This record gives sequence, C-alpha cells and structure tokens, in this order.
Amino acid sequence: MITADLMAILPELFLACAAIALLMLGVFRGNGSTQLVSSLSVMALVVTFALILLPARPESSPFDGLLTIDGFGDFMKLLVMIGTGVSIIISQRFIQREDMARFEFPVLMLFATVGMMAMISANDLIALYMGLELQSLSLYVVAAFRRDNLRSSEAGLKYFVLGALSSGMLLYGSSMIYGFTGTTNFDGIARVFEIDGGVSIGLIVGLVFLCAGLAFKVSAVPFHMWTPDVYEGAPTPVTAFFATAPKIAAMALFIRVLIEPFGGLFDQWQQIVVAVSIGSMVLGAFAAINQTNIKRLMAYSSIGHIGYALIGLASGTEGGISGIAIYLTIYIFMNLGTFACILCMRQKDRMVEGIDDLKGLSKTNPMMALVLAIFMFSMAGIPPLAGFFGKLYIFLAAIDAQLYTLAVIGVLTSVVGAFYYLRIIKLMYFDEPSEAFDTPIGSEMKAVLVITGVFTLLFFVVPGPVVESAAAAAATLFPG
Amino acid sequence: MFEIGLEHYLSVAAILFTLGIFGIFLNRKNVIIILMSIELMLLAVNINLVAFSTHLGDLVGQIFAIFVLTVAAAEAAIGLAILVVYFRNRGSIAVEDINMMKG
Repeated sequence: MITADLMAILPELFLACAAIALLMLGVFRGNGSTQLVSSLSVMALVVTFALILLPARPESSPFDGLLTIDGFGDFMKLLVMIGTGVSIIISQRFIQREDMARFEFPVLMLFATVGMMAMISANDLIALYMGLELQSLSLYVVAAFRRDNLRSSEAGLKYFVLGALSSGMLLYGSSMIYGFTGTTNFDGIARVFEIDGGVSIGLIVGLVFLCAGLAFKVSAVPFHMWTPDVYEGAPTPVTAFFATAPKIAAMALFIRVLIEPFGGLFDQWQQIVVAVSIGSMVLGAFAAINQTNIKRLMAYSSIGHIGYALIGLASGTEGGISGIAIYLTIYIFMNLGTFACILCMRQKDRMVEGIDDLKGLSKTNPMMALVLAIFMFSMAGIPPLAGFFGKLYIFLAAIDAQLYTLAVIGVLTSVVGAFYYLRIIKLMYFDEPSEAFDTPIGSEMKAVLVITGVFTLLFFVVPGPVVESAAAAAATLFPG
Repeated sequence: MFEIGLEHYLSVAAILFTLGIFGIFLNRKNVIIILMSIELMLLAVNINLVAFSTHLGDLVGQIFAIFVLTVAAAEAAIGLAILVVYFRNRGSIAVEDINMMKG
C-alpha cells in the first residue's frame, strides 16, 4: 500500500531528495561549488522530467486522496520542469558576474519546484496549502537573493507582504469551505454539490476568498499590484523564473480547484473568472504602453497573457482547458527566450534594462535582433508564429462556449497590446544604433535562444505533439 | 443562560481577520506591524478551523490548524530575515520609505 503510494509520487520524491542532497553538498563544499550544484540541479530536473514522462504512471490518488496523479498534472509538471531548468541554465553567467553566486540559489529553485509539483497534484485543501507555501517561501527568498542590492530586497519585501496576505485570504477561504462542506478533500467537496444541491452562502464566500488568493498567485487583476515591482526589482534570471514556472503551477492549481471540486458551482465562479480575465487583458494592454523598463513591460505583458489564459478557464469546457495548456506551453517558450535576450543586454559589463537601449540592435547585433523580433511578433499574436495559435485555440474555446463578449475584448486588447511589442521591433530596426551590447553572449544563451526561437517560429509546421498532448491532458480533468 | 456557539467563534475570527487586513493596508508606520497583522490573519483562520472542527466532530480541521501554525512560524522567520536585509540596505523600515519602484 505505502509502496504504491510512494511509487506514485516518485518524481516529487526524487526531486525533494536531490534538493536536500545538493544543499548538503553545497554546505560541505562552500560557495565555490555553485557551478557544480547548478549543473547537478539541472540534471536532477532532467531525471525528474524523465521520471514523469517515461514510465506510464496509472491515474491514482495516493495517500488517501491527498494528492492526485493524472495526465493534466503530468503535462503541467513537465512545463514547470522546463521553466525551472532553463531559468537555472540562463542564470549561471549572471550570478557569477553579479557576485551572487551562492549555492543556495539553484537549491531554492528546486525546493520551489517541489512545491509547485505538490500544488499541481493537490487533491486536498491541506496539500494545496502546503505545496503553495513551500513554493512561496522559497520564492520570497529567491526574489531578495541579491541581499546587498536595495531594489532586490525591496522586491523581496513587497513580494513577501503581498504573498503572505494572499495566503491568508486563501486560507480563510479554505477554512470556510471546510466548515460548510465538512471535508477538505476535493472529491468530498465535489460530492457535496451532487447530494443536496442547496449551496450555502458560507461556501460561496469561501470560494470567493480562495479565488482571490489564487488570482494573487497568477497575478491577475485586481491582485496584480505586486507583479511590476517584483519583476523590476528581482534579479533578471529570477524574473525569468517568476514569469514561467510559478505562473504555470498557480494556473494549473486554479484550473484544478475550479473544475474538479467546484465544478458544481460553475455559474458562480464563471462570473469571477470572466471579470478577472477582462481586467487582466485590459490592464496588460494599456499599462504596458508607457513603460521604459523592459522587465516592467514584461510584467504587464505577463498580466495580459494570464488574462487570455483565463478566457479558456471561463469557458469551463474541455476545449478551453486544452487551449490553456497549449497557451501556457507557448507562453513559457516565448518568455524564456525573451528573458534570455534581456539577460544578454549588457553594456560595458553592466546590465541595462531600458527599452531605449535596444535602439538599432539590428545593426549592432542582427541575430539577437531577429530572435527578439520573433518573440515580440509571437507575443503580439501575429500569424504564423506560435503566439497566434495559442490565442487562436483560446478564442475558439470562448466562441464554442458562447462567450462572445470575452472573445471580442480579447481580440481588441491584443490589438492594443501589439502596439508595445511592435514598438520594440521599431526601435531595433528603424532607429539609430546606441551603444552595442557586450559580446560574446555565451554558448548556453545561444542554445536557449535558438531552441526557443525555433519553437516559436516553426510551431505551425508540427503543432501535433503539443496540441494532442494538451488535449489528452485536458481530457483527464473531465472524466466520462 | 447565554451559550457560546459556533457563530460567536466565527464572528471573532472574522473580526480578527478583518483587523489583520486593515492593519496591512492602513498602517503607514512600520513593516513590523504588517508582520503582526499577517500573523493575526493566520490566527483568525486557526480559530475558524478549530471551531468548525469541534462543531463537525471531525479532527481534520485541527490537523489543518497545526499545519497552519507551523507554516506561519516559517513564514515569520523568512519575513523577518528579508526585513533585516532590507533594513541594512535602506536604513529604515518605515512603510512610506519602501518606494524605490513605483507601482
């Protein structure tokens, strides 16, 4: 019995043990071993990736239904692995140069990843809370990792205060749900709606608090206010990490909580998700226009992208969820590539973050300008790049669910959003060059840029694998 | 005689929780007060959980409360550590001084 349970969570178990072992290695060998610990962390992630992917694990609910192992969770976990792994790879040079090469850095990212995996697999309010906190506590520290830097520590402090506030709201919601259903188990909560159908007001209050807490974690409007500050202040590889892995995990959790236990309250939560989605799309499109710092711009861009992903959730259908899965896959590739470009923005051995510093990049560094232009076109949603297909599947699901207003607002805001993406391309290709960026940029950066760039550019040639596995993942959420 | 029931506990918890939220948003003086407000929110949740647990005759709520206590301790430790790092860089922990980046 216990062996079967442990086998079911083998990837999580392996990653947790690897993180602890690497922590001990770092303690015994000192900060000189940062490079080694980082490489081993990436290898641990690769092994975990293989453990999720290779042995076909049966669907199960180990530990008396505290967790659930299914295709949806596996798909999201693979995305999280990619996000964390690539973030660690692109952070290497940065942490050496910026004098923050301490071995805790990759280890904390691994612990955060274990937390994310627990979140994605959570099938109980207690497991949900523990996974979320393991992730958040690690992320607070990573955000403030440059401890001699005022902006980084301010980012950490802001993230901590607002993150703790959101955890508090989520917990208050959980306690109400527990009180009014008598169980913390997701299957048990779902059964409550089958039996009496009479939904108490306390349960709705609990659901609203829970949604508020989760909206905080995915940084959806009106709980987005931490995002621009934290993205701007945190060290750039940390921002790359924040923009990818935790977003995926929180989004997966949001989907699971609303679809599985609260599927019976669809009419109630659909209104919340629609409002949050419209707010995020509009804010993401308009607030980014005046930004001068590229990390801040990416923060607003990610708020907008979350808004689009939430359209799929608002539709509440299998097509909508598979649309989100496709959207998030494309989103993390675009984001990792863009942040790899931002990490290459160095002049005279110093990081620069201004959008104006990109002026004339096509003349000083044509390859990087080309790759960044691909990402910007893709984020703007211009066919035939990957970002267009992400939006396409989401909007199709919205039309199928007859959410016409939502789809129209989505298309309009993506036109507005195209303005600031295209402005970056205009700066790179039609303005006079400013100072050139430092070269060479390092082989691992080149590899990341090429892989993410090729994925974004050629997604339309072979969309099959991603689309099919996303559809299969979404199908496991809707049994029968 | 006057009997103390579930709703009284829930009211106390709701009041404490609201006080915690207002403590975070209305306080302009000191970040330590924010940390105390966060703690207040989590403890309000614990009152809720334990009250529901006895009312339902189900132990899960009390187990949940113990998990929350543990995590709250870890959270406070990390919060104070970040606050110390911030104080070293800024020389102040007044809330209105946390304004390097405008949001």
